[in-house]
Amino acid sequence: MQTHTFKPDQPPPSMSVGVVAWLRSNLFSNWFNSLLTLFALYLIWLMVPPALQWSLFDANWVGTSRTDCTADGACWVFVKEHLAQFMYGFYPEQLRWRVDLTAWAAIIGAAPLFIPVMPRKALYGAAYLVIFPLLAFWLMYGGFGLDIVETSQWGGLMLTLVIAVVGISGAMPLGILLALGRRSDMPAIRVLCVTFIEFWRGVPLITVLFMSSVMLPFFLPEGMSFDKLLRALIGIILFQSAYMAEVVRGGLQAIPKGQYEAAAAVGLGYWRMMGLVILPQALKLVIPGIVNTFIALFKDTSLVIIIGLFDLFTIIHQATVNPEWLGFAVEGYVFAALVFWIFCFGMSRYSMHLERKLHTGHKR
Amino acid sequence: MSEAEKKQQQEPAIIMQGVNKWYGQFHVLKDINLQVQPGERIVLCGPSGSGKSTTIRCLNRLEEHQQGRIVVDGVELTSDLKQIEAIRREVGMVFQHFNLFPHLTVLQNCTLAPMWVRKMPKRKAEEVAMHFLERVRIPEQAHKYPGQLSGGQQQRVAIARALCMKPKIMLFDEPTSALDPEMVKEVLDTMIELAESGMTMLCVTHEMGFARTVANRVIFMDRGEIIEQAEPNTFFDNPQNERTKLFLGQILH
Repeated sequence: MQTHTFKPDQPPPSMSVGVVAWLRSNLFSNWFNSLLTLFALYLIWLMVPPALQWSLFDANWVGTSRTDCTADGACWVFVKEHLAQFMYGFYPEQLRWRVDLTAWAAIIGAAPLFIPVMPRKALYGAAYLVIFPLLAFWLMYGGFGLDIVETSQWGGLMLTLVIAVVGISGAMPLGILLALGRRSDMPAIRVLCVTFIEFWRGVPLITVLFMSSVMLPFFLPEGMSFDKLLRALIGIILFQSAYMAEVVRGGLQAIPKGQYEAAAAVGLGYWRMMGLVILPQALKLVIPGIVNTFIALFKDTSLVIIIGLFDLFTIIHQATVNPEWLGFAVEGYVFAALVFWIFCFGMSRYSMHLERKLHTGHKR
Repeated sequence: MSEAEKKQQQEPAIIMQGVNKWYGQFHVLKDINLQVQPGERIVLCGPSGSGKSTTIRCLNRLEEHQQGRIVVDGVELTSDLKQIEAIRREVGMVFQHFNLFPHLTVLQNCTLAPMWVRKMPKRKAEEVAMHFLERVRIPEQAHKYPGQLSGGQQQRVAIARALCMKPKIMLFDEPTSALDPEMVKEVLDTMIELAESGMTMLCVTHEMGFARTVANRVIFMDRGEIIEQAEPNTFFDNPQNERTKLFLGQILH
């Protein structure tokens, strides 16, 4: 009988690994790609140095008024002087510590959730979700011993974050329920969910906000009025939940029928099947879509200008038309873009991290 | 023999009486009558589309029958969700494509239902899970994800997962059909061991060697009907029906 001797593994040829190989395959794989690479380098050389010149090297950093901006570059004094306003809007100055405290409570409270070995994480998370909103509302709005700050005084980045966070945390669960309802076996629930989703997806957000502030009062009994911000928040949640529902439904449709059957066969009822088996997989699949919706929501917060609320963008815009500071619109908008970008990029990076973390080997 | 007689006197584990089922206009199950005694091991075979999978999927209501009566472990299957869930607790199922939960580790796959359905404390559920993972000989894989295992290993985990619910009846729906040839044996060995422990088993399979060694009764189905049933030696060596002979002639070269 013969015994086969297997050949030992050989290292790959040197041209297929390393820097040179990378350059070759990514930037100079053929004459057309080499040309594109050179063109791109030219564009970078054309654009980046002047941008850096304006924003950093020639910029004005110190001073308190426009007369201090003598250099050719950006006048960051404008942003510096208005920073508090950009952050808090018209929130009374002596009470702004309450907003800061809320932000710190949010960050410190959430931190344990990101410690991998933390025991009873689910319980802690649930408690956080119940306690933090109450605490945040009490700190920012007041009552029970704190001076009340009406929501019309809220503004700037603080308002943007309030709308985004409330919008996201309201739209997510509602969207999941709508997605499940749309795939329900019960016709009444299905029709209800489809109608809801198609209605809210068919209406522009601006219209929703208009209706919430202008038309809703007509339908309410005399003397009864809702807070303007609350109405906007409800409108945004309902609007975004319709989008979220469709994203989640995409994930649900990608789960093979065998998963439903296996979950049913071990005796899990509908809600446990969904909560323990189907949704964890479906939501993981649609993380990119969910984050996409969140980012869109975050940027759409600026539309609350429609009902007279001043979010980060609007408050910056207001500052640029202030006669004392005319001519610094570019600085203002660059700053607005930077802040929005930091938050959106943060969300995007976190979602990528989450996708990697939740990846559990090859699909069958 | 006396043990078999004792079992005869017990209530049957499964009763199917005049079961009919249609997919739209298509009549998949035609007047199926079947009784299974506790501890009995039954192999269902037949050409594809003959309704054998549908038959066992009706037993835990993954498919709904439209006519007739199905009683499993003394509980009649109706549209009552409580009864369906009660039956599913007592009936384990193993699928052709394993259907493990890919987002959970092997151990979590095994403890999920005992913890949430049987309300077993986590530690106890893990103990039970490790016991059955040892029985299917993969305790060392407990903390891996299904995606990191071979097909044969995944199917053995699926068997362990079903056993963790301590079912009275096990259903196997072509458990080796999706496996590479090298891995069929390890799964069949696990099933043979399970059969030797006295589990009531219904198994849809094309593994005729398995049927011969393990089954008490082999059932041949075609076009939604039970054509012939007999104990394996009679079934393979002396089939009574033309259709059965033809089928056996095609698969036993």
